[in-house]
Amino acid sequence: MPNEAKDLLLSEPIQRFAEVVREAAVEGKPLRLRGGGTKDFYGQSLEGEVLDTRSCAGITAYDPSELVITARCGTRLAEIEAAMSGKKQTLAFEPPHFAQFGSGETTSTATVGGMVAAGLSGPRRQAAGAIRDFVLGVKIMDGRGEALSFGGQVMKNVAGYDVSRLMAGSLGTLGLILEVSLKALPVPVTEATLKLELPEDRAIETLNKWGGKPLPISASAWTGGELGVRLSGAGAGVKAAREKIGGELIDAAQGERFWAGIREQTDPFFRDDAPLWRISVPSTTPPLGLQGEQMIEWGGALRWLFSHADARTIRDAARRAGGHATLFRGGDKSVGVFQPLSPALMKIHRELKRELDPHGIFNRGRMYPDL
Amino acid sequence: MNIAATGINFIRQADVAARLRQRLPANSVLHAEEDTRAYECDGLTAYRQLPMVVALPSNEDEVREVLRTCNELKVPVVARGAGTGLSGGALPMGDGVLLSLAKMRRILAVDPLARTARVQPGVTNLAISEAAAPYGLFYAPDPSSQIACSIGGNVAENSGGVHCLKYGLTVHNVLRARAVTIGGEIVEFGGEALDAPGYDLLALLVGSEGMLAVVTEVTVKLVPEPETARVILASFDDVEKAGNAVADIIAAGIIPAGLEMMDRPAVRAVEDFVHAGYDLDAAALLLCECDGTSEDVEEHIAGVSETLTRAGATRVRVSNSEAERQKFWAGRKAAFPAVGRISPDYYCMDGTIPRRKLGEVLLFIGQMEKKYGLRCPNVFHAGDGNLHPLILFDANDADQLRRTEQFAGEVLEKCIEVGGTITGEHGVGIEKINEMCVQFRPQEITAFHGVKRAFDPEGLLNPGKNIPTLRRCAEFGRMHVKGGRLPHPELPRF
Repeated sequence: MPNEAKDLLLSEPIQRFAEVVREAAVEGKPLRLRGGGTKDFYGQSLEGEVLDTRSCAGITAYDPSELVITARCGTRLAEIEAAMSGKKQTLAFEPPHFAQFGSGETTSTATVGGMVAAGLSGPRRQAAGAIRDFVLGVKIMDGRGEALSFGGQVMKNVAGYDVSRLMAGSLGTLGLILEVSLKALPVPVTEATLKLELPEDRAIETLNKWGGKPLPISASAWTGGELGVRLSGAGAGVKAAREKIGGELIDAAQGERFWAGIREQTDPFFRDDAPLWRISVPSTTPPLGLQGEQMIEWGGALRWLFSHADARTIRDAARRAGGHATLFRGGDKSVGVFQPLSPALMKIHRELKRELDPHGIFNRGRMYPDL
Repeated sequence: MNIAATGINFIRQADVAARLRQRLPANSVLHAEEDTRAYECDGLTAYRQLPMVVALPSNEDEVREVLRTCNELKVPVVARGAGTGLSGGALPMGDGVLLSLAKMRRILAVDPLARTARVQPGVTNLAISEAAAPYGLFYAPDPSSQIACSIGGNVAENSGGVHCLKYGLTVHNVLRARAVTIGGEIVEFGGEALDAPGYDLLALLVGSEGMLAVVTEVTVKLVPEPETARVILASFDDVEKAGNAVADIIAAGIIPAGLEMMDRPAVRAVEDFVHAGYDLDAAALLLCECDGTSEDVEEHIAGVSETLTRAGATRVRVSNSEAERQKFWAGRKAAFPAVGRISPDYYCMDGTIPRRKLGEVLLFIGQMEKKYGLRCPNVFHAGDGNLHPLILFDANDADQLRRTEQFAGEVLEKCIEVGGTITGEHGVGIEKINEMCVQFRPQEITAFHGVKRAFDPEGLLNPGKNIPTLRRCAEFGRMHVKGGRLPHPELPRF
């Protein structure tokens, strides 16, 4: 969409971004790309002068029957969700806002650009897919101050490399996200939350067995011997699944609060002073047996762990299981926030970074110290 | 120069073949014309080229040896799966090695509890679902070529199918790919967990048309077979009404497993061929499949039927048995061969458009039929906006071939104009390389070359496909003046 890209490029905030980026490129001066700052806690290190993305904001296109919403980077995530909720649609990957980690405000300042850059998905990820599965197109500014347009607003698009999805979780290290198009999905007609008493090993096994059956499970969370399961779908289907799964049905409003608490990490489980590890493993991985308090999400595939155990112990356990561990929040970041990559993969990362950000100005060190 | 009509330099050929035979079993390297002829094209048969040498590795070590050898000798490499691709992505090079992954066709593991399958790249798409079937699981993407196409090719092309709207494309259903770079390094993209550290390079690899690395192993996600599935067949007396009905279904909050449309010429062609009982009076037919638990399907079928009636359907039929469901689908699935019966040749396009533009684009295609004097039935993955107009022509008539190419070019540019894309699922390959210059500006094309350089600095993997050179765009632009203006005035002209 050449013309659209041109229009965006000519808009005032983007021209200012281009000036800042070009100047930074000339001087080799790092820039720290930042929206609402709710994910400042996440990542290796914060370097450089802040480039605030919020001057470039607004929903630019939303046609519910196309199942696509397009918004500029500084648009508040809450604004997007409100617009979609009016049409009974939603961002099905349930991105966390993390309002409480922003500037101490209770209302969320999270932006859509930051959401894509952080690449985090919430409880529904196990059924609906991750944020990268929903990114259909992006416009970015590269490290030369050039605005580029990739992907588009259609579901199926295989023209060129899928640079749009690459942006999800790139922590702003490859480019300044200017605009994104995301796939929208209808809000499920019915939801129900069940609670069951199960020890950890049984919970993991049961979740995986359910995963192989056509059951409308949209989220799961186990902690302290109690498993919460959310069902989403058509009314009759949810009712039938309730009978198959059993357990205790909890009040709808209470259920909604429960899942919001997990998505936003406001649930009592997340009130802990120990370092928080995010351990991503194959869903069938047996109990990891690591010291600390644990919550299991995503049908067994995501394990949150508050632990003072040393990083190597945790990373080795994750690696042995075929996964990886991230020091999500707190703790000593000098151990490396993200699991180190193989030399061959790291080489590709460095080359990609060099191609898109040749002067190394964007979010230097945010993902890996030398990237 | 020892270059025969095939365009192959025999001295170079002998050298490359000999070097490969030092590292691979002798019968895994072919260079005699009678052996390499079978590889001269993929599913896009209009383009043919004999490869200089064909290498048939049977394991990852051998793939590595082939790539290392080619890297040392600076020989380009074209990877090939089953050769069913429709955009010429596996078209060989006369100075290159054609690397066939067809011998690597083992299913390494099916894990029913984790719902994953680990397979070699030459395994067919359907074989994965067959291996998963005893556990009540299947691999969701189902391109029409699924009995023959390989998973490695699916990864290269990001293949779709008729169930993408609900189940996603290949990129949504692959967890991990192990691959060899042109430098011979083994790289793991993604992983057995739901995400991996670092950049999402798996997303880049999927759909990269063999330009970034050669896949040697894939872990795919398996999903539970739905308890039941039913399909609705609805007739409309107007194509635009049918298009609006699609939007209404989605606006009503239902994501069907499949949502397909055919226009009257396509319906007539298939009805003559398979006698699916389609309504020959309809201007357009919609097929809408709902799957899931029996309770959900009941609820959705009722909802969709009501929506279709309200949208002006002249007839709505719901399948009442599995046999009837198969019968309803039989026509749609036979659309391409049915069209093949009524014309010596047909040319299949693959644009995707925002659904609301369907009426406008179909009208445009109608105008093009008159302009070029060629017929063009339409089948359409209506749910995800992916259009397959089939231009009917006779390849023996040079003028018809020329008109077909121009017709297709105009339709693809229309797709871009309305906010869509030149390819939804078939890939760019060699076929749509010129249209890439219309869809993207030189800035994006340059960035794509940068992405490729990060993986393949010397450009030895499938060069000339997928991403055009700026020079090619400049030349294409010169031949292709629209409204008196060249599309890329900022480019230098050669």
